[in-house]
Amino acid sequence: MGAAKKLLMDPFSDNNPVTVQVLGICSALAVTVKVDTAIVMTLALTAVVTLSNVVISLLRNIIPSGIRMIVEMAVIASLVIIADQLLRAFLFDISKQLSVFVGLIITNCIVMGRAEAFALQNPPKASMLDGLGNGLGYGIVLIAVASIREILGFGKWLGFPVLPENYMGNGLALLAPGAFIILGLLIWLQRTITKQVEE
Amino acid sequence: MELLNIAVKAIFVENILLAYFLGMCSFLACSKKVDTAIGLGVAVVFVLTITVPVNWCIYTFLLKPGALSWVPGIDLAEMDLSFLTFICFIATIASMVQLVEMILDKFFPKLYHALGIFLPLITVNCAILGASLFMVEREYGILPSTVFGFTSGIGWLLAIASMAAIRKKLRYSHLPNGLKGLGITMIMTGLMAMAFMCFSGIPLEDKPKTPKVEETGASTETTEVAN
Repeated sequence: MGAAKKLLMDPFSDNNPVTVQVLGICSALAVTVKVDTAIVMTLALTAVVTLSNVVISLLRNIIPSGIRMIVEMAVIASLVIIADQLLRAFLFDISKQLSVFVGLIITNCIVMGRAEAFALQNPPKASMLDGLGNGLGYGIVLIAVASIREILGFGKWLGFPVLPENYMGNGLALLAPGAFIILGLLIWLQRTITKQVEE
Repeated sequence: MELLNIAVKAIFVENILLAYFLGMCSFLACSKKVDTAIGLGVAVVFVLTITVPVNWCIYTFLLKPGALSWVPGIDLAEMDLSFLTFICFIATIASMVQLVEMILDKFFPKLYHALGIFLPLITVNCAILGASLFMVEREYGILPSTVFGFTSGIGWLLAIASMAAIRKKLRYSHLPNGLKGLGITMIMTGLMAMAFMCFSGIPLEDKPKTPKVEETGASTETTEVAN
């Protein structure tokens, strides 16, 4: 039980995929203008990384090591296509807002990185927990950045006003530079708490 | 003129890295040294210039709704294969990278050794897939998409090269422990993105000019000059 819990909880802070392992930054910044897109993106990525970990872990003994990258790519791309089609069918507006970034889950380093680093060596159950943990660890950072940006930018959280009505809204938080700086500050905060130093 | 607009937009105003955050992973990992940064940047320009037009052909002649209507004999006009876009694009990119690698190895061994490990890594660079997907979303033609691919690459090269130069200086500065490395790099990128945003003040024509308008425009200009 302890090991399983560790697998699931480690990516939340000590080994967070975004702030510590530096993976998946691209989409972490692009879809965080609003909290709802961030949540949808988290769900899509978590589903893809969990399933791809399970599938690759099941196949791990039959994949020839020479072509493992291509096999991983094919598995991930098929899962992303399914996720994209589901989003288009049920959440069309949000899928439009996410635009190319759903497709870019394919090249999201978290998915590929977990498949390569974990699923190829471990049994399906552990891989599933690892995928789930990493997906959610990514989600926490995403939702944190999105919350800050939406509150500063629109004075709202998930569409509900949280700041007084005469708050003007800070446009910078919604633009690209705001995203970079907010994520930089979050990384600073997280590393100060965990006392991690990069040389 | 339209092509120039696309070029200026892709390099400065909507820089693929600083405005759309694409290719961040390799940007953060490989911007520690100026030479490696430039090597990777050149490789990205190279691959983007090839893959975007190739993907355009695949999308237009095979995947788009109704794209298969050119097949003689069978009626395929209703066919819509666009759900296969992702998997086809990533396969094209992977094989193109492989092909570029082989060609470089055969004909330009020097460049090949200079790029080294970066070439295969480009397959998983989001900027490449992202540019192809933007090309589909914005419905560019063949020539604009080639220009778009090339200039997006140039924009990326510009961003990573200047970041590498800044990081070289950063090595000598005193920072709080938690901010070292990734933290300060993100903030620097933010400041760079802010600087690049200033370019959005350049007035670019949104409407593509029809040749007729251009002709009259040219003639009024000449008359003005004559006057």
